[in-house]
Amino acid sequence: MKAAVIVFPGSNCDRDMAAALEKVTGVKPMMVWHQDTELPDIDLIALPGGFSYGDYLRSGAMAAQSSIMRAVKLKADAGVRVLAVCNGFQIATEVGLLPGALMRNAGLKFVCRDVGLRVENARTGFTSGYTKNQTISIPVAHHDGNYFADAATLDALEHSGQVVFRYTDNPNGSARDIAGIINAAGNVLGMMPHPERLIEPELGGIDGLPLFESLLGKLH
Amino acid sequence: MKAKIYITLKNGVLDPQGKAIEGALHGLGFIAANHVRQGKYIELDVAETDAAKAYASVEEMCKKLLANTVIENYRIEL
Repeated sequence: MKAAVIVFPGSNCDRDMAAALEKVTGVKPMMVWHQDTELPDIDLIALPGGFSYGDYLRSGAMAAQSSIMRAVKLKADAGVRVLAVCNGFQIATEVGLLPGALMRNAGLKFVCRDVGLRVENARTGFTSGYTKNQTISIPVAHHDGNYFADAATLDALEHSGQVVFRYTDNPNGSARDIAGIINAAGNVLGMMPHPERLIEPELGGIDGLPLFESLLGKLH
Repeated sequence: MKAKIYITLKNGVLDPQGKAIEGALHGLGFIAANHVRQGKYIELDVAETDAAKAYASVEEMCKKLLANTVIENYRIEL
């Protein structure tokens, strides 16, 4: 599997993402700078966590306008898988790859801890390594993770199985406890929790590993 | 031409920061303050002499970057 990790100024989970991808695929992913304009033939694009542009204006708003995002959109429209985690999820909503927006946490505090997630849809290319309704524990670390969309959009997401992960104990006020969603085509997953941080027993657990193994299983 | 842009959260969108400000105002004894909503104010110079052109240009800026129309409204003054 050939993967690319997009690096924005202020990304800080890009190397964790690269390490996770390398562990599962055995191949180092390409690190692609945000000012690049083209992507080679690849199977997966990762938009990593961090604080691109210092969260100026709105989290992810500036990164969404960077030149590489035009190339990412073209690839996503052509069916290439995109894994958007944390700040990556914020960027994906800002650029229109995913519906809704991520707002300031309802409790106003930065939340950095493990949270329980329920796998709502295990029939995606990102989650086939889990079982439906399985509960997993994955760390979150964000200030703006409060998922918002209007009621019609939320209903549409629910009805089409696009809500992939839900918090078991909502840490940020997200509408309908939503922690992760997938686009209608099924190739773009956005989630606030960090699966790439939980792939080694030495680091506290491996609940994030099946996500990467799912991707690999599907792509090989 | 100077443009003034006011960006506010849409009705119905929860504003935790506005709520916190309201709580702080109440704590200071300003119990008359209610429904506090926080927004953004941006000003910039547009290199246009025609007001209609300037407005159209700033509106594009709002749609593409300055506001997220999923959650925010914008108002432009020239």
